[in-house]
Amino acid sequence: MVWYTILIQQIINGLALGSVYALIALGYTMVYGIIKLINFAHGEIYMLGAYFGFFALTIFNLPLIPAMLISMLLAAIIGMGIERIAYRPLRNAPRIAALITAIGASLLIQSVAQLTFGASFRPFPQVIPFQRIQVGPIFLTNRQLIMFGVAILLMVLLHLIVHYTKIGKAMRAVSMDKEAALLMGIDVDKVISFTFAVGSALAAAGGILVGMYYNRIDPYMGIMPGLKAFVAAVLGGIGVIPGAVLGGFLMGTAENLVVAFGSSTYRDAVAFAVLILVLLLRPSGLLGKRQNEKV
Amino acid sequence: MAPTKGLEVNGLSVQFGGLKAVSNLSLAVQHGELIGLIGPNGAGKTTVFNALTGFCRPNSGTIIFDGHDITHKPPHFVAQFGVARTFQNIRLFKDLSVLDNLKIAYHQNFGYSILGGILRIPLYHQEEAKVIEESVRILDLVNLTEHRQVKAGNLAYGNQRKLEIARALVMKPKLLLLDEPAAGMNPFETRELVKLIREIQESFDLTVFLIEHDMSLVMNLCKRIYVLDYGLLIASGGVDEVRNDPRVIEAYLGEDAPWQS
Repeated sequence: MVWYTILIQQIINGLALGSVYALIALGYTMVYGIIKLINFAHGEIYMLGAYFGFFALTIFNLPLIPAMLISMLLAAIIGMGIERIAYRPLRNAPRIAALITAIGASLLIQSVAQLTFGASFRPFPQVIPFQRIQVGPIFLTNRQLIMFGVAILLMVLLHLIVHYTKIGKAMRAVSMDKEAALLMGIDVDKVISFTFAVGSALAAAGGILVGMYYNRIDPYMGIMPGLKAFVAAVLGGIGVIPGAVLGGFLMGTAENLVVAFGSSTYRDAVAFAVLILVLLLRPSGLLGKRQNEKV
Repeated sequence: MAPTKGLEVNGLSVQFGGLKAVSNLSLAVQHGELIGLIGPNGAGKTTVFNALTGFCRPNSGTIIFDGHDITHKPPHFVAQFGVARTFQNIRLFKDLSVLDNLKIAYHQNFGYSILGGILRIPLYHQEEAKVIEESVRILDLVNLTEHRQVKAGNLAYGNQRKLEIARALVMKPKLLLLDEPAAGMNPFETRELVKLIREIQESFDLTVFLIEHDMSLVMNLCKRIYVLDYGLLIASGGVDEVRNDPRVIEAYLGEDAPWQS
């Protein structure tokens, strides 16, 4: 294969994987935008989403779409629960306290998942038969297309919710100024809960898509994608919704290109190299606004 | 005994650790009144407003508004109940346009459903048009219509204050709390503000309760004044009565009673 075919091929693979990073990154960025917290338990929600999907497909024999919806619903409930139990009591505590709690919540969920689901990986049911699609010299799989398609569909839905619904407008108001939002009669607690619910549902969908893509799930599957999605959110500008999408696609592509043209050893290192570069060169991210910390 | 309309505060105390910010404050504001709350810096004036609007929890006392107990209600509830306020340091949605600042308030309180918003049903467009019309009506009142597409953060300071008042009016309040509305305004802007407050008080049938350091504004606007010092109510009554009260003069001594210069 000539190099540019490899390049195009890898970009396509990268966009497919990146769409899932983008889905997870949206949860990070929305939560950060609203309560200035990096929800490190978010990767675990993604893992739980994959497991919920797995059980819905295998034990309850549901078709893919209902399984995905149920998984998203359960993940949303758990996301709201984590916020209610772990973060809300710390709302007015120093930010570092909530951050440490988030790391604790993440470890707790991992361990509980390991206890309940077992530590070994499980093969994800092949609900959609594998198909290869050839376009000229480029190869696609139907799973990549589904992954990409579902992710884009969910992003469009999120865009509509955030911009055209009452609760979406309330989310934007709360992210801009919590006190002013209260004055407008906005129930800030409800808006924060809703934000966790939406972010968690998106992560759960991502978990199922990746489970189908890699054919396997395990209790630790949330760690790396969680961190990469976090980097994607920072790269795009944390707190900025389109930034998370852009960052996700860039991270997926970068990862695939490094594997193709460099070495697969560096697959995960890319994310952290990007994180260091962003923090050094443009801490507010690609689409983030430069702003001075208020004193 | 309790007035059917208006605000009644009984024995309100707010404590921050060992500091008594407000102690045993009682006051009553009748519907339609224009009342001032004054006092030296740190007297607890803003804390009173924060307690009234649910931004901080009183340690004791009751707040009755329109015959309903709103003592421990959260801010968004109090807001929906008809108590609106502005802040001493302006709290606008700075990145939104002037018009959108008002539209947010409308959308939260007089809205359509989630699905309607996503599907853009005809009702959505009708409501949207109505919301814009209403918003412009209020902007006209505060003379900001020509700036409606400007980002709120880019408005001149005096106009930001006016926008904050306009946004409070969207909530269709019965009681409007203004925390130092004239802070940072020049004398000309202050005179305009006095006119504006009178106008909205009449046209919206409002009760206005305001904190202010600019005595010309307070003396001009308010029929009755409460004076707070170290969290205690030290005087109340008509303008002249308060002006000549020895305790008030003493409280302001050292920073010169502002109306004597």
